Amino acid sequence: MTEPGIVSNILSGWSPGFPPGLVLMFAGLLLPFFQGIARKVLVLVAPILTLITVWAVGTDNNLTLQFLDYNLNPVAGNGYGLVFATIFSIMAFVGGLYALNQARVVELAAGFVYAGAAIGVTFSGDLISLFIFWEIMALGSTLVIWSAGTEKAWSASFRYLLIHLLGGVILMAGITLRVLETNSIAFTAMQPDNLANILILAGFLLNAGAPPLSAWIADAYPEASPSGMVFLSAFTTKTAVFTLLIGFPGTDILIYIGLYMVFYGIIYALLENDMRRILAYSIVNQVGFMVCAIGIGTELALTGAAAHAFAHIIYKALLIMSAGSVLMMTGKRKCTDVGGLIQTMPFTAVNGIIGALAISAFPFTSGFVTKSLETAAAADQGLVFVWFCLMAASAGVFLHAGIKFPWFVFFQKDSGLRPPESPRNMQIAMWIFSFLCIAIGLFPQIFYQILPIPPDYQAYSFSHLVSQFQLLLFAGLAFFVLLPMMKRTLTISLDFDWFYRRFLHIVASEFTVKTGAAGNIVENGLRIKVERFIKRLYKIHGPYGVLARTWPSGGMVLWVSVMLASIIIFSALF
Amino acid sequence: MIEDPNKHWLYRKSSLPWLWRFLIGILVLSVIPEFFVNHYSYFAEQGTTIEASFGFHAWYGFITCALMVVAAKVLGIFLKRKDNYYDD
Repeated sequence: MTEPGIVSNILSGWSPGFPPGLVLMFAGLLLPFFQGIARKVLVLVAPILTLITVWAVGTDNNLTLQFLDYNLNPVAGNGYGLVFATIFSIMAFVGGLYALNQARVVELAAGFVYAGAAIGVTFSGDLISLFIFWEIMALGSTLVIWSAGTEKAWSASFRYLLIHLLGGVILMAGITLRVLETNSIAFTAMQPDNLANILILAGFLLNAGAPPLSAWIADAYPEASPSGMVFLSAFTTKTAVFTLLIGFPGTDILIYIGLYMVFYGIIYALLENDMRRILAYSIVNQVGFMVCAIGIGTELALTGAAAHAFAHIIYKALLIMSAGSVLMMTGKRKCTDVGGLIQTMPFTAVNGIIGALAISAFPFTSGFVTKSLETAAAADQGLVFVWFCLMAASAGVFLHAGIKFPWFVFFQKDSGLRPPESPRNMQIAMWIFSFLCIAIGLFPQIFYQILPIPPDYQAYSFSHLVSQFQLLLFAGLAFFVLLPMMKRTLTISLDFDWFYRRFLHIVASEFTVKTGAAGNIVENGLRIKVERFIKRLYKIHGPYGVLARTWPSGGMVLWVSVMLASIIIFSALF
Repeated sequence: MIEDPNKHWLYRKSSLPWLWRFLIGILVLSVIPEFFVNHYSYFAEQGTTIEASFGFHAWYGFITCALMVVAAKVLGIFLKRKDNYYDD
């Protein structure tokens, strides 16, 4: 891995011998024990300390831990990981600021542990450390959803956890097989040419929101609180992008998986009525661009994927903050209920529009100078079909996120709602990210320096500017011409989650009917017991801290033993 | 019809034609530079130079977006359910 540009040299000479993510995780666990101003200071200082630690470690590799027969490498910095860890730290800071006065402490604490674990993944030099941080992320993010405190959030968080535990099991199975076959736990580039690597790839892809299980993003994220969804939008899918980038660069199938995700996101977002679900689908769309670029796998493509992930975290968080402000001030989240909010929430609207322009890759925003690296990579490789798809998708991004979101929320018909602006800390958080969207867009050459291999790419050519303006403006024309076809309806759209939310449910209820009331009693009894158990656990062990620590190790031990058992049986048979 | 003068100008019926004229004006402006710019073709080797032809991005953006809206509309027939579908 090559040295990153400026970042690595800033703090060289001081390199802590622990994973930088631990700073944020530790701060998260401490949060519940602080009150008032001390807690606020901790929320704002911890991400900054984390960022300093991230840069101090840089690309050092200076910690080896003995675990069973293996040497773990939890502090193995690399150029791409540094890009992701940097934006994750910035995201934790701005997300913390946005949540400062409104979020429950459990949400903030879980959010920090979750963010810290994501940073942990970016520094993992071996698959076991990676897996441990991966599972902590799953639990932290589940708690973030759950802490919204509504019944819908509770069931959504449960579905979310099940999907991610499934992903964890697939990943663990892949890692175990790989270790058996190669006797190495190093996290390096792999080829999906054997079962072990295919399972690892599937585990990573599940977290990226790849098909068929893409529905969890739009199912779970919008049920989180206004600030909770900001955290969620940043870490899980982008950590998956990072692991794909390191583990499977140039894997052809990723090109087509990425293209599917790009159009899946657009079509579902066009059908959607809930403003935060529109933004959730658009996460899949954006991650699709990155997955496609990783599949292309050239130096420019991989750099483009990392740069796009960096910019994407900022503008997507900005969009979700703007939607979150609207949700908080109006209590409404459906496009059919809002509209005309620019009249009393002009700053939230301006920030939302800046985010919308950036996601659409409008010239002079961060999207323009990052996403074009990916399309340029497709062009360089002569991938005609891929390039035409990506261009159509770029126009489609403007359609579903760039115009649709601001139009239906801040303009369209006047809903008569006259909410005031959201609180000041939320406003400041949005302005910081708006500033970054435009700063990156205006000074791409400075931004490119933080990438491991600064691309030799000129975004601002006359031809590129003209083409991009035309593409987006005519996409806008299509939106307004076809507006009657996009009249919002009170509907949701079926997705793969139908199978586990409806089909299995029908099968189960049929079974219950057949087996009579006994099934019901058992089911209810169990549910009450589980709920009581969880409530008691939460009550006894204080505000969630211990809970978060015991689940991953307990769960992992269980699955490790399951894996070991299956390996023993497997090896005994052959 | 006399409109409520308190209504924000964006929402007055009388502003609508002006908004459309403004949009069309911008669209025309975005196509004018086509007369002066020479687009470089990426795919000449693959046998197509359409992406460098006059106003390609304009019509391509419009048509693909229209197709996506129509595709969403058609899929919506099969996929859409009332938004309380899962609430029971």
